[in-house]
Amino acid sequence: MKPSRRADPYWMLLPTLLLLFVFFVYPLIMLVEHSLFSWDLLTPARYVGLANYRSLWRSGDLWQTFTTTLSMSLAVVLGSMAAGLALALLLDRPGRLAAFVRSAVFSAYVVSWVSVGLLFLWLLDADSGIFSGLWRTFLGGRAPHWLGDPSLAPWAVAGVTVWKITGYALVIFLSGLQDVPPSILEAAELDGATATKRFLSVTWPFLRPTTLFVATTSLIASFQLFDVVRVMTQGGPVRSTTVFVYAIYEQLFLDLRVGRASAEAVVFFVILLLLTGVQFLLFRSEEST
Amino acid sequence: MNRRRMGFRGWLGQGVLCAVALVWLFPYLWMGLTSLKPLGEIISSPTALWPKQPTLAAYREVFRSLPLARYFFNTSVMALGIAALQITLALPAGYALAKLRFRGKRWAFGLIVATLLVPAQVRFVPVFSLLASVGLVNTLSGLILPFGVSALGTFLVRQALLNVPDSQIEAARMDGASELYIVYRLLAPLLKPTLVSLFLFSFVSHWNDYFWPLVLTTDDHARTLPLAIALLREQGTGVRWHLVMAGNVILSLPALAVFAAAQRHLLRAVTVRGFGG
Repeated sequence: MKPSRRADPYWMLLPTLLLLFVFFVYPLIMLVEHSLFSWDLLTPARYVGLANYRSLWRSGDLWQTFTTTLSMSLAVVLGSMAAGLALALLLDRPGRLAAFVRSAVFSAYVVSWVSVGLLFLWLLDADSGIFSGLWRTFLGGRAPHWLGDPSLAPWAVAGVTVWKITGYALVIFLSGLQDVPPSILEAAELDGATATKRFLSVTWPFLRPTTLFVATTSLIASFQLFDVVRVMTQGGPVRSTTVFVYAIYEQLFLDLRVGRASAEAVVFFVILLLLTGVQFLLFRSEEST
Repeated sequence: MNRRRMGFRGWLGQGVLCAVALVWLFPYLWMGLTSLKPLGEIISSPTALWPKQPTLAAYREVFRSLPLARYFFNTSVMALGIAALQITLALPAGYALAKLRFRGKRWAFGLIVATLLVPAQVRFVPVFSLLASVGLVNTLSGLILPFGVSALGTFLVRQALLNVPDSQIEAARMDGASELYIVYRLLAPLLKPTLVSLFLFSFVSHWNDYFWPLVLTTDDHARTLPLAIALLREQGTGVRWHLVMAGNVILSLPALAVFAAAQRHLLRAVTVRGFGG
């Protein structure tokens, strides 16, 4: 449509574009610039070229952060997708009980990360937590230090994250199941196909795009984990749960190394862009098949 | 179909459903029960399920030691402010992008979609120094402004407006309606379901937000509830779990209440986010 006055669309977009420029575009430019400086927020910044990137790479911090983030994210994505799909198949039925259980699972997605982090910090407490209590009662001996053992902590935090976000996968899978035509399922049943066979040959092919969507969006979201790590483990023990955002936060607020934090944020952003690019390509090839 | 077999399988199914519900509801139950126990009962081993002497002492202690009214005020103003600002700005921007012809439209739309790719976790380092340089650290404005525009919200409003026929807008113009009237009085009511979902989703996410208030506040002035409750544990001696759980009940109840009252809208927001973009 033609605007009534030529200026109309411009002032309507002005506040939005202004805020986007100030809080999205300009910060990105500043981020790249800061990453080339050594700066502690107190003394004047000093230009150091690519030294921040080099030191991140050479110290091994970057690689360690990347592998920690990647392995925790993969655990979260696989765990929440498996649980979400299983629950969606179980709960895709009428009835009050099923509706109640759907709400119960989804509620965790709505409660804050802080609440969930504190809740599981208490449940997993080594001395008085209920998990340790049950372990002592039924298995005897000392319960594992879920959050104090560097080889267990990442998986414990990933497990808590799965509990929190399974509701997301559940909701998306439930809406994906609506795309499966009931007539084909009924025909397969009449032909004597077992439930497993019906799932593999009818339901699953229809769920492929949904699965791809849940997988990529949860992976991108898991890469940005922070709250639950900050509340439960502060990146420890021995940096075993130091994921990307926590590492950047630590560099900036605990070490006051703005340049290094910025360099790490730039690398992190590039990784997120690559993941989004992969997502885009996967969807395009899915659509063309 | 054998009726007795159906009956057995039916019972089994119900049992599995109850077990699943327990996995998700037990943690909340345990949080509530712990908040009602005196410290002695919590650290005794084995722990009793129900409090022997239920008490509200933990809640009294939390209310006494923390300025909860201030945190509630800060959190509400921040979350309501962000959600309201996002909707207010998304409507005219979405309208211009969906309905008006003008030069630079593709460019503006491209910019908005591109910012979907930049999460707060990437922006916070420069935005923090930017806000610090203009004295907005530790203020509610500093908490609200960086989230005043939701690229996703603008995008979804635009998509929804594409379905509104031009003739409706032209008729309103003929009646002499101003563009502002058309956006806020004519189109906003038509988009009510989308706007309600966006508002509630934004409100709950920012009520729950921990990252940004953590980065941007250093004292009580603008501190929000999630931050204060998380600090409750960090400042404690580590075993005062009844206090932490009482605080956690106070923090999670409003979110759970919104969820109970508006589950439909929140579900819609999640699925729309999924398939709208």
